[in-house]
Amino acid sequence: MSTADEVDLSHGGSRREHRVDSLVRWVFFICALLTILTTVGIILVLVQGAVTFFLDVSIIEYFTSIDWAPLDADPSFGIWPLIWGTLVITVGSALIAVPIGTLTAIYLSEYASDQTRSVLKPLLEILAGIPTIVYGFFALSFITPQIQRVFPDTGTFNALAGAIVVGIMIIPMVSSLSEDAMHAVPDDLRQAAYGLGATRFDVSTNVVVPAALSGIVAAYILAISRAIGETMAVTLAAGMRPQITTNPLEPIQTMTAYMVQVGTGDLSVGSIGYQSLFAVGLTLFAMTLAMNLVSLWIKGRYREVYR
Amino acid sequence: MSQRYIDEEGFAIEGDNLDRKRFYGKIFVGVCFVSAIIGVIALGLLIADVINEAWGWLDWTFLTYPPSQLIENYLPDGRGAGIFPALIGSIILIALTAIFTILLGVGAAIYLEEYAPQSRLTSLIEANIANLAGVPSIVYGLLGLALFVRAFQMGSSLIAGALTLTLLILPIVIVASQEAIRAVPDSRRQAAFGVGATKWEVIRDVVLPSALPGIMTGTILSLSRAIGETAPILMIGAATTMFAPPIRDGPYGTQLPDLFGPFSAMPMQIFDWATLPQEGFQHVAAAGIVVLLTVLLSMNALAIYIRYRYETKT
Repeated sequence: MSTADEVDLSHGGSRREHRVDSLVRWVFFICALLTILTTVGIILVLVQGAVTFFLDVSIIEYFTSIDWAPLDADPSFGIWPLIWGTLVITVGSALIAVPIGTLTAIYLSEYASDQTRSVLKPLLEILAGIPTIVYGFFALSFITPQIQRVFPDTGTFNALAGAIVVGIMIIPMVSSLSEDAMHAVPDDLRQAAYGLGATRFDVSTNVVVPAALSGIVAAYILAISRAIGETMAVTLAAGMRPQITTNPLEPIQTMTAYMVQVGTGDLSVGSIGYQSLFAVGLTLFAMTLAMNLVSLWIKGRYREVYR
Repeated sequence: MSQRYIDEEGFAIEGDNLDRKRFYGKIFVGVCFVSAIIGVIALGLLIADVINEAWGWLDWTFLTYPPSQLIENYLPDGRGAGIFPALIGSIILIALTAIFTILLGVGAAIYLEEYAPQSRLTSLIEANIANLAGVPSIVYGLLGLALFVRAFQMGSSLIAGALTLTLLILPIVIVASQEAIRAVPDSRRQAAFGVGATKWEVIRDVVLPSALPGIMTGTILSLSRAIGETAPILMIGAATTMFAPPIRDGPYGTQLPDLFGPFSAMPMQIFDWATLPQEGFQHVAAAGIVVLLTVLLSMNALAIYIRYRYETKT
């Protein structure tokens, strides 16, 4: 079959084959281009909606007022209570997920036997795959009652339950991305440290973690970015009251929870409440985009190239 | 510090340190192990909590009846109420999403792996895909609301929901498909080119068949993520409660999905139940979660089965 003639013939190809080939190429190109169009679409939609919003509401009020009361008769649009709510959840969940996730990653990468890994990793993957609405339910029906046992005055909705549940949710993300980074540290480095008389503890904490640090930090940032954008769990657990409070047992409202509140209500298109969705959405998008870009930058900038 | 000081004291401290270090090491392993277990414990508590709350509320009636505002109807001796419209809504929604994502995701992955030149545009597309995967799902909901629901005038329909979810999971599907396509050995492509196949023939007859299990695994896993997503379909205005599934009568007495009609999906229905103040609805929500998790974990199991089955073959 594979005579020179055959090959030659096909490479010349019929006109029809050529047409099909270039048509197919264009179709696939458009599929790939669609991802760029998605980003462009997101930015256009958010910016256009936000601009319409800022025609009615002063952008200075938006960024300086500390009062968020969009549905009042005399509405007020200061974004800070929502940003505060988001920050409380983000910082609280990071305090839980960063240490637990990192130590989990160290255990999986440096200590666990293959058998233990083959049990733990799929379980953590399942934890990562549980829908966020289920986490919200878990917070309401389990975590908040436990908090109420210790602090009986705690209401049904409180920031603490939200932070805990989001923290649990992002543990698998921290652990699996950090473990990937630790896994990429070449074994030579470990062996060299052992050769110098280091214990396993030394190797883990003084060789592997520093060597994988850029990947680990990138994992933290991605997980935090996920916590910022987390929606259903915080809506169900932390409530719908926009306020700046340092008491974690009080209800708060995150940016995402506000969007859910508007989304489930009956707001007519073009109303100020509807337009505020896009201003808040743009603020949220800008925050997560910044985090994602920083994470990419750290990964690229501080990547140790091992050969 | 003199040399002698280190020598004399050094050895003593060294021995001391080693014991202390071993001790710290043991504590450290313990702490790491406990941390690794915390995630598993949380998973166990979560599942136990949901099953405990749902116990006695989940039966065949729950799967086949529409929801009700009255808690009595959910009880075994009630008139019957359940998750049926949302279950059917979710299934049709995910089927539509599957069709769109496979066509677009595999197409984009083929372009990036088989055609794309080493150009600025290509690296822009790849960086953009990585970035899209980090955009919060509720933002996709806003995009769907402004684009599909309003601009394209699809309304809060199944098709608008499916397109929104497609855009949401497309980055994951593309990356998974790219990995599957990359894993096809180049020698097979060369062999096909050698016997005179065109580029498209190579892709259609050689690359895609070998990459298919990997593509299917990645796609099913991301669809199992899509079926639990609440925020995007909430933003496009999916109904919290529907009393009939999104089905209409087709020609010749057939039943067809009503692509342009309103719909509910399991996560929306669960959200509605979970926020109802009346006593008892948390059990109904838990029963709904059991149904949702059963569907979701079955999809995961299917994906793992496909991966396992074809990994051992090659």
